Amino acid sequence: MSLAESSVSVFTDEEEEESSSSFHGRYTLWIKEALDELPHNFTITDPFLSGHPIVFASLGFLQMTGYSREEVIGRNGKFFQGPKTNRRSIMEIREAIREERSVQVSLLNYRKSGSPFWMLFHMTPVFGRDDGKVINFVAVQVPISGRGHHRKVRIGSGFSGDVSLDHSELVFGSCRREVCFGSFVHQDPALPVECDGDDDDDEQGLEDWEHCEASESEKLKAAEAINTVLSTLTRYSELNGALVCGKRCCFRGADCLSSSLVISLGRIKQSFVLTNPCLPDMPIIYASDAFLTLTGYKRQEVLGQNCRFLSGVDTDSSVLYEMKECILKGQSCTVQILNYRKDKSTFWNLLHISPVRNASGKTAYFVGVQVEESCRNTENNELRPETRQLSVVGAVRVAVRSLSMVTC
Amino acid sequence: MLKIKRVPTVVSNYQKDEAADESVGCGRNCLGACCINGARLPLYACKNLEKSREKLVISHEAKEPPVAFLESLVLGEWEDRFQRGLFRYDVTACETKVIPGKYGFVAQLNEGRHLKKRPTEFRVDKVLQSFDGSKFNFTKVGQEELLFQFEAGEDDQVQFFPCMPLDPENSPSVVAINVSPIEYGHVLLIPRVLDCLPQKIDHKSLLLAVHMAAEAANPYFRLGYNSLGAFATINHLHFQAYYLAMPFPLERAPSKKMITTASGVKISELLNYPVRSLLFEGGSSMQDLSDTVSDACVCLQNNNIPFNILIADCGRQIFVMPQCYAEKQALGEVSPEVLETQVNPAVWEISGHMVLKRKEDYEGASEENAWRLLEEASLSEERFKEVNALIFEAIGCSDQEEDHEGTVVHQQSPNGGVVNQNSNRIHGGVITNGTAAECIVLQ
Repeated sequence: MSLAESSVSVFTDEEEEESSSSFHGRYTLWIKEALDELPHNFTITDPFLSGHPIVFASLGFLQMTGYSREEVIGRNGKFFQGPKTNRRSIMEIREAIREERSVQVSLLNYRKSGSPFWMLFHMTPVFGRDDGKVINFVAVQVPISGRGHHRKVRIGSGFSGDVSLDHSELVFGSCRREVCFGSFVHQDPALPVECDGDDDDDEQGLEDWEHCEASESEKLKAAEAINTVLSTLTRYSELNGALVCGKRCCFRGADCLSSSLVISLGRIKQSFVLTNPCLPDMPIIYASDAFLTLTGYKRQEVLGQNCRFLSGVDTDSSVLYEMKECILKGQSCTVQILNYRKDKSTFWNLLHISPVRNASGKTAYFVGVQVEESCRNTENNELRPETRQLSVVGAVRVAVRSLSMVTC
Repeated sequence: MLKIKRVPTVVSNYQKDEAADESVGCGRNCLGACCINGARLPLYACKNLEKSREKLVISHEAKEPPVAFLESLVLGEWEDRFQRGLFRYDVTACETKVIPGKYGFVAQLNEGRHLKKRPTEFRVDKVLQSFDGSKFNFTKVGQEELLFQFEAGEDDQVQFFPCMPLDPENSPSVVAINVSPIEYGHVLLIPRVLDCLPQKIDHKSLLLAVHMAAEAANPYFRLGYNSLGAFATINHLHFQAYYLAMPFPLERAPSKKMITTASGVKISELLNYPVRSLLFEGGSSMQDLSDTVSDACVCLQNNNIPFNILIADCGRQIFVMPQCYAEKQALGEVSPEVLETQVNPAVWEISGHMVLKRKEDYEGASEENAWRLLEEASLSEERFKEVNALIFEAIGCSDQEEDHEGTVVHQQSPNGGVVNQNSNRIHGGVITNGTAAECIVLQ
């Protein structure tokens, strides 16, 4: 469980380039320098990159966690969580990302040294002003001092019910104790949690692992930091003519997927595209990283295009016709088709196409999953390529269906 | 004897309206002695969770983890059966929505699930009943309905064999489709299918289910269990599972810690939820957690208290919900409006995923309605306390409830009033533990 096992950047060069262009596409050149001037501890993530990675980390954040910038860029926020991170806070953050809204919650994270610390996690989406699309998430982290605050019964978002207790000293004690305790656990993960102290003490300790409430001033501090970062981002996007803002100004267009759907789709590591049959000429609205690797195109070259750019002179037109028929009938089909990469080299594509319904039961997309014919001879202890192909269809169905249940 | 009439759920295409015919031998490729010779099915042996626990708990992956192997297997095989047309309807064509409000109940309109079946009588006052081979059971499903064999492995690596003979000597645990799915990926986990175990929690089987939740490694893939008397329709040990990529209201409910066991398992009661429920989490190992829940469930079974289980958060959180809806229904005590919806509050409904059969119920679905229905399933406050005392005794924890905290939580129920925790009906009244043939309900 070494946190420091990889000290090199987790991005490949290509991803690095993508991450940097995702950031600079929206903002002017000096955005990173401007953000570096801010004293706050914060990260900026890009939900449209596979894995929802961090694309910027402030100096304060790096200092707080003990990591270098290279170690952090490209990581998902989960990287900083550990065995004692409270599950409920994780759920709340997950749901806020899914619903594209802000959240403020106490969270236990781990430093590079392995020591855990409580902080107030305040995250907010950044929207594009013109298309209403989530561009980034900004997450500010304010360490919780643990002084003079009260504990809260575990309450979810939307529920209320603060319970003030006169145990602030006690809580303070426990909070500190956890920190020591946590690093102890970290050094020897095999040890059971209740390894020292008498029973009562342990109970208290365990209880406080669950929650550590931030003070009002810490909450204010987090909110102010969010505002400062947002206004910096706004200013630097303004100069670039691609405005961002902290509030959604318009609804997303039909050709634009929600960031939460993109995050879910990003977990699927195989080659596939999503097309929208409701738009003229059924353009690609999502392409997985593996699809880009397989075909040699860049994402911006394929989004908005009809899939026919993969065909060439030797592609059998009867197969294209067969596919078209299935799509018109709303049926799924599997075909073998000769496709062309960007460099004009060809490959046999075992292509599966299926309609995908949204939560209202209507066909919202078609998913196309590509398996390169030459890769079909897999090892004996792996899933059959056909099963893997269908698993992509299944994963896409689950993501599309669940994420369209909320009408916003 | 308490009975209710209800339409049984068709989980297999080989399930007949009547007790299944005995003409096995059989030409339909079932799991009986007639057909099992030579049958092959993928085998997934999960890694030893005790050995690899740390890896499991700490998610320091560089990026969002990719779709896990088991998830690919479940989804890929399920989609295959879907495209082969083995299901009774296309569940992705069933309209579904989140009911507006602060709890996030999910409503699905599923008009197809209960068609073409006649109501059958179910005995609801006996949580433990012996296996009856003349009734439908999972040895009668067709092999095409099976997805794979699943076992808890000894290695610290996952092992997968794409084509493994079904060995009747070893009584494999299998994962099968539910041909009447309520969400995408709806499957049944049937522990040691050929041993014909009745619907009854035992330590090994629950641990297998918890393993499956952990291996699937997706918080939106939960396993559920219904005891007899709590809307299990088939008395052959099985768990259910499916994908729903949002939190259940039950998972979102706040909770208050009651006790921590010697092995570190924390037991809390849910606050502000219509069904009084217990949440088990923590523990120094997954087995500790699972065993504590098994102890509690065995206690419920022995005391003839119907219950449901939800295994959530990749096996880290296990909810136990004792309930009394069927009993009340048999006694004619469920309000007619609730009864009319014909919704059976089994594990998924109690978790907040309401499968509605009538369009008008779907269109008029509100938090109030969902709450009212689930409230009917809940034990009364008094009875819940009694049941908790039984459970705590069974798992060797005297009631250490931290009274000094004196937490008073006033809960707003969605219909505006403060929930009266001291409801004057004593429900889930003590049912005498049935040695006598007929059970008596003490009021």
